[in-house]
Amino acid sequence: MKIEVTINGEKRQVETAGHRRLLDVLRDEFALFGTKEGCGEGECGACTVLLEGEVVNSCLIAVGQVNGKSLTTIEGMADGQTLHVIQQALIDFGGAQCGICTPGVALCAKWALEKEPNASKERLRELMSGNICRCTGYQAIVDAVVSAQEGADS
Amino acid sequence: MVENKKLFSVGQDIGRVDGVAKVNGSAQYVDDLSYPGMWHGMTKRSEVAHGVLKAIVKGAGSGETAFDWSDIVVVTAADIPGRNTILLMEEDQPALVSVGNHIRHMDEAVALVAAPTRARALAALGALEIEVEELAAAVTPDEALKAEVKIYGDDNIFKSFLIEKGDEDIDTLLASCAHVVEGTYRTGAQEQMYIETQGMISRWDGENCHIIGSMQCPFYVQKAMRTLLDITDDALVVEQAVTGGGFGGKEEYPSMIAGHAALLAKKAGVPVKLIYERDEDIAATTKRHPSVVKHRMGFDEAGNIVAIDIDVVFDGGAYLTLTPVVLSRGVLHAAGPYRCANTRVRGRAVATNTPPHGAFRGFGAPQTTFAYERQMQKAAKALGMSQFALREKCMLVEGDTTSTSQLLKGSVGSIEVMAAVKEHDAKALDTRIDDSAGASIRRGRGLAFYFHGAGFTGSGEARLAGRATVALSASGQFEVRSSSTDIGQGVRTMFSQISATALGVEVDAIEVVVPATNKVPDSGPTVASRTTMVVGKVVHEASVALREKIEAWAADKGMQGMGLREAGAAMAREEGEVAITSQYKPPEGIEWDDETYTGSAYPCYGWAACLIDVSVDLDTAEVTIDRCVHAVDLGKAINPTIVKGQIEGGTLQSLGWALWEEVIYKGGKVQNDRMTNCIIPTFSDAPEMTTILVEEAFDFGPHGAKGVGEIPMDGPCAAVVNAVEDALGELASASSFDTLPLTPEAIGRALRSVS
Ligand code: FES
Ligand code: FES
Repeated sequence: MKIEVTINGEKRQVETAGHRRLLDVLRDEFALFGTKEGCGEGECGACTVLLEGEVVNSCLIAVGQVNGKSLTTIEGMADGQTLHVIQQALIDFGGAQCGICTPGVALCAKWALEKEPNASKERLRELMSGNICRCTGYQAIVDAVVSAQEGADS
Repeated sequence: MVENKKLFSVGQDIGRVDGVAKVNGSAQYVDDLSYPGMWHGMTKRSEVAHGVLKAIVKGAGSGETAFDWSDIVVVTAADIPGRNTILLMEEDQPALVSVGNHIRHMDEAVALVAAPTRARALAALGALEIEVEELAAAVTPDEALKAEVKIYGDDNIFKSFLIEKGDEDIDTLLASCAHVVEGTYRTGAQEQMYIETQGMISRWDGENCHIIGSMQCPFYVQKAMRTLLDITDDALVVEQAVTGGGFGGKEEYPSMIAGHAALLAKKAGVPVKLIYERDEDIAATTKRHPSVVKHRMGFDEAGNIVAIDIDVVFDGGAYLTLTPVVLSRGVLHAAGPYRCANTRVRGRAVATNTPPHGAFRGFGAPQTTFAYERQMQKAAKALGMSQFALREKCMLVEGDTTSTSQLLKGSVGSIEVMAAVKEHDAKALDTRIDDSAGASIRRGRGLAFYFHGAGFTGSGEARLAGRATVALSASGQFEVRSSSTDIGQGVRTMFSQISATALGVEVDAIEVVVPATNKVPDSGPTVASRTTMVVGKVVHEASVALREKIEAWAADKGMQGMGLREAGAAMAREEGEVAITSQYKPPEGIEWDDETYTGSAYPCYGWAACLIDVSVDLDTAEVTIDRCVHAVDLGKAINPTIVKGQIEGGTLQSLGWALWEEVIYKGGKVQNDRMTNCIIPTFSDAPEMTTILVEEAFDFGPHGAKGVGEIPMDGPCAAVVNAVEDALGELASASSFDTLPLTPEAIGRALRSVS
């Protein structure tokens, strides 16, 4: 089928089978390799993208489901060369080590802070618990997100 | 000391050099790479734990029409140009089981397929049939020790060690002790669960082979390929792609995948990408060795340790891989960081018909650390001493000797790490018994104290003589060239800081080259908490030598007073590239006897203490970690944020291993091969952590730094289990807490067995 989708603010089209995983279409058709695969079954969050502003696992979404909708991938998070405050905080606080989880973590944090700007640390951990990181022990990510949250307040 | 932050970046929190690429998604991991005409490879695996491979048949498939093999390449052992082995320590492990030979574990590679698409490769895998004569298997060490099924040699023992200290008979001494504490400690396999699964791409240009992928040790891959592909080093390039976590899991196994990708690419005549699916990665690749540690400790009335007797058994799996070295580290740490004149440590690693176990952060030490720190908790109770008091009384300090009779001369942070966590012990637990709000909560506190030898064992570093190059390129750029791979731990950033500081330039003047075997010298593998301490030292020395060379050149030209960057640029314009390669020279006075296992086992040790508070819900048997304070002596923090990240990540892996992470085997096959059922901790499981960096400088490390990669994995497991025992007290027997993982199911069983 023909899929029309707005990705990072840009209208894109592709002719493909509607049952293909959104993850594969993003990577193979649109060359958006920042969306990663860690498990392929909705468990790790490495494939996180925002669909109409909501967090989804692109490994579980058929591309047919996003027809006519809008997506944000990690490639759309920064404003040109200027990193999003969450991205910068992840660097500053050491929230990215091997980095394979980081695109998903960054997008999920953006979603969490937009959804609940005043979320407590504990609540942030809950909101982000669909994204698994094996490297950091999560502390540096939590610290980074809290600092981005505080930055947004001030 | 120079206090200009920009010119003295060591000790500063500069953001990681690869940070931007990682947060904006542009970092290229192996699965993000492709080459024109690239095909996809997959691996056909055994479905028995032991058997003889009789035949490999291109079948008709299950579809209505016979499977079309015309666009499929199949590789079997018969296609191997060199010797059929993945060489690291020994040649026992084949790259592919050959027809007529033994399959020794489930999910062992028997054949490979490649096709233009993954879907076609998957279909081919289904149509490829293997015929096997199944044999009796020995899937546990107990079964294997009977030696009825022969897996390795005559007795299925990969390696054994005996370490003895003191002249007196251990059994007699123990019989005379006022208190003897005994226990049998068991730990399960642990999956590294790097979020990027393993993968490689290989391409050939005539006789020249290129391999790129996710790995810790490019020169290990090179060594294995020499034998397997019968290729010279000149004809082979092994290059690291950005690597999505390793933790030891990408130390030895990548050689297998590299070999497979190269064999497929050679036969197919196109580049071939081989990326593991998660279930395949969990089922087939190496994990932490399961262990059984029997431990006896005798104390006098005052709480001094009189004698220690330990028996360690590790399950090695079906092939040797690095098992002897893992066992070595396990036994060398087994007696713990405690003073005792009489110790006996026996260790055996047993071959079983399970997928091989191998390197995982900690490398044998977490298993034996768990045992001795459970012992110390029991001993303190038996002696009526506080958990701190007993450890403070017995812990090694400068001037003491370890179980290998190594005299500790300096950089011993035992007193400091203990004092650092003790400050946090002042805060009392919330009510120990909390039955308010309709729940039944029990709270407890646990302590663990441990050490970890940094670098290779004994004379390992001297033999290895790792090299690194610091160069001023022809274009005037400073480059650090080493084979130390950045697998997330931040080595590229820390080497930039070490080199920039030695050169006296800003960090952004340094480019740390991504390792490829044709671009960097062999600095040794990225393992064993050795990278910062050993390779970092070599980088420091080469950088100092390069600075002196540039300064001398500038002085000669009458250009004194010019900054090093400008002088370097001028020199590069006139002289072209200037490169200095340094080699590791171990500190004097390191003496080690490989026969008796006595002497300086490691050049120095990291020291750590961890204090954990937990709440246990009696109704659900769930453990919540309320507080985690971890003090680690690492000599010098080259980059505090980065090393703190290492400690926090290692801590959670240790806590996960203790409470949740379990690999379940049945008949030698992994049963839970998905992230849904092979769980690791999430944001919500992880505690808020307080990490305290203690800096007892190691004079021979760069700026005093010593290894930190592994020590955080060693002890938090024991601290959290000690806390759970403290919380539950009389509600369960002490031995219920001697087996990992201590899952809610296990806690539930323990509670039921008493009530
Ligand atoms: S790859 Fe989609 S959740 Fe893991
Ligand atoms: S940074 Fe490696 S998995 Fe999160």
